Amino acid sequence: MVFGESDISDFDNEGDLPTETMPLMMGPSHPAMHGTVRIALEVEGEKIKTADIQIGYLHRCFEKEAEYATWTQIFPYTDRLNYVSPMLNNVGYAIAVEKLLDIEGKIPERAQYIRVIVGEISRITDHLTCLAAGAMELGAFTVFFYLIKGREWLWELLEEVSGARLTHSYVRIGGVVADLPEGWPAKLREVLAKVRVALGDADKLLTRNKIFRDRMDGVGVIAKADAAGWGLTGPVARSTGLAYDVRKDHPYLVYDRFDFDVPVGSTGDNFDRYAVRLEEIFQSMRILDQALATIPAGPTIIDDPRVALPKKRDTYNTIEAMIAHFKLIMDGLHVPTGEIYSFTEGGNGELGFYIVSDGTGRPVKCRLRPPCFANLAVLTKVLPGLFIADVVPTFGMINMIGGECDR
Amino acid sequence: MAKIVLDRLTERFTDGEILETGSQHGNEWARVSPPAWRQVAEFLRDDAAAQMNMFVDLTCVDRTPREPRFDVVLHLYSIEKRYRVRLLAGVSEKDPAIDTLVPVWLGANWFEREAFDMYGVRFSGHPDLRRILMYQEFQGHPLRKDYPKEKRQPLLRRPPGSV
Repeated sequence: MVFGESDISDFDNEGDLPTETMPLMMGPSHPAMHGTVRIALEVEGEKIKTADIQIGYLHRCFEKEAEYATWTQIFPYTDRLNYVSPMLNNVGYAIAVEKLLDIEGKIPERAQYIRVIVGEISRITDHLTCLAAGAMELGAFTVFFYLIKGREWLWELLEEVSGARLTHSYVRIGGVVADLPEGWPAKLREVLAKVRVALGDADKLLTRNKIFRDRMDGVGVIAKADAAGWGLTGPVARSTGLAYDVRKDHPYLVYDRFDFDVPVGSTGDNFDRYAVRLEEIFQSMRILDQALATIPAGPTIIDDPRVALPKKRDTYNTIEAMIAHFKLIMDGLHVPTGEIYSFTEGGNGELGFYIVSDGTGRPVKCRLRPPCFANLAVLTKVLPGLFIADVVPTFGMINMIGGECDR
Repeated sequence: MAKIVLDRLTERFTDGEILETGSQHGNEWARVSPPAWRQVAEFLRDDAAAQMNMFVDLTCVDRTPREPRFDVVLHLYSIEKRYRVRLLAGVSEKDPAIDTLVPVWLGANWFEREAFDMYGVRFSGHPDLRRILMYQEFQGHPLRKDYPKEKRQPLLRRPPGSV
């Protein structure tokens, strides 16, 4: 008998191997975890048995701080929620407060168009970040540079609009703080053309790439039937085939005027999440093209002294405007007693604000319903059964953003 | 728009399970008596006219000095019917507990953990009711109105050899 032969056949069946599970900590600081999160894995060889996802490392007491801030002071906090698409958070929060104030229908059209434009740019940067980081974690470093360069161009445009690269705080209750700079739409068109080229390059490098497909196809599958019960929204839900997009199902701002499609996946695996995001970028560009072509002229903030600050010129020259300015800054605007759940489509899905007001200048409660909190929770069910190496693309395609998930 | 859902609720539950219903800013809401919390949730999920299959959000509100002090707030959505509804249930400060909804919607798991973490409301029957955003040794519940914003926590000494 050849040595070892019988041994091998004895252990042919993997189930017979005497194995012991091993705890393995991924994170909170791990090269493949963009964002601080810890996944406590219990592994059996290379297979994951259980996964405990531990979040909270980026908790910054958003809700507690908001309870002590005036309604306008909350905008900078919302910037820091989903920090790769701050404009979308700004817009979502502003819409919620406007509904409470019952001025939703009175927002100037130009302001609504501007909100759509900056919001869609933010959505593109959000998706670009997710795709770039996801590709890099699988070794496609070139793609990372192509896409991050595109993101940078777009952020430069937003910087021109708001003065800040990331923490824009550009939206105000009742409109936006300033009009678009002169010549800006032309620059945006130019940048969009360059981003299209970059996306085309990334698409060529990834979509039919065998290494990439092997890591993505059929990995991290989420069934369509599970999606709603887990509260999944956004690209993660759409990858399963659930065609739920707030912009289409419950149009807000002026989204009902634009022609765009909601891409959906069929299998709900990582590749579908990649493909859905890629296509959504093109759809956002379609919206941007239409919005730039049809944006009307006019004021960019509501003409209502209870809500909007008076013009600087008046503040410095008339006593009435100065008092109005002082009251709005010191007391904050007064929002009537009430409760609202307002939702918009964020970069990761349904971005909900549940706000309770008691009529004073500060909210009783200002809760954010974070889309990626629900999207991440589903991984506790998806990861078991996968290999350790599968954690990286699966986690990447969920696009957990610490600022939003942990608030 | 989701008035139909509220009508279904008041039709089905006539024994005082639904305390109050209303509508504000286009949001329909119903106040549920806490013992019927789970039953009402299951009904909304399974009822053919409501089909509240999507779990959206669960949180609490501290309504000091009102008694019961806390409200557990649940938001639901129906993908097919496009209805949205908010359910509220009051829980007292003395015994802040309510049934878990994890068996109804799996997504409730983390949201209930967060509500427990922030407000100290316990969800009976929850499979894994641990803190989620705060660390396990954290003292108190930070979103309660009587938790001072500037409060400091005791420094922790980790036992040697622990991760």
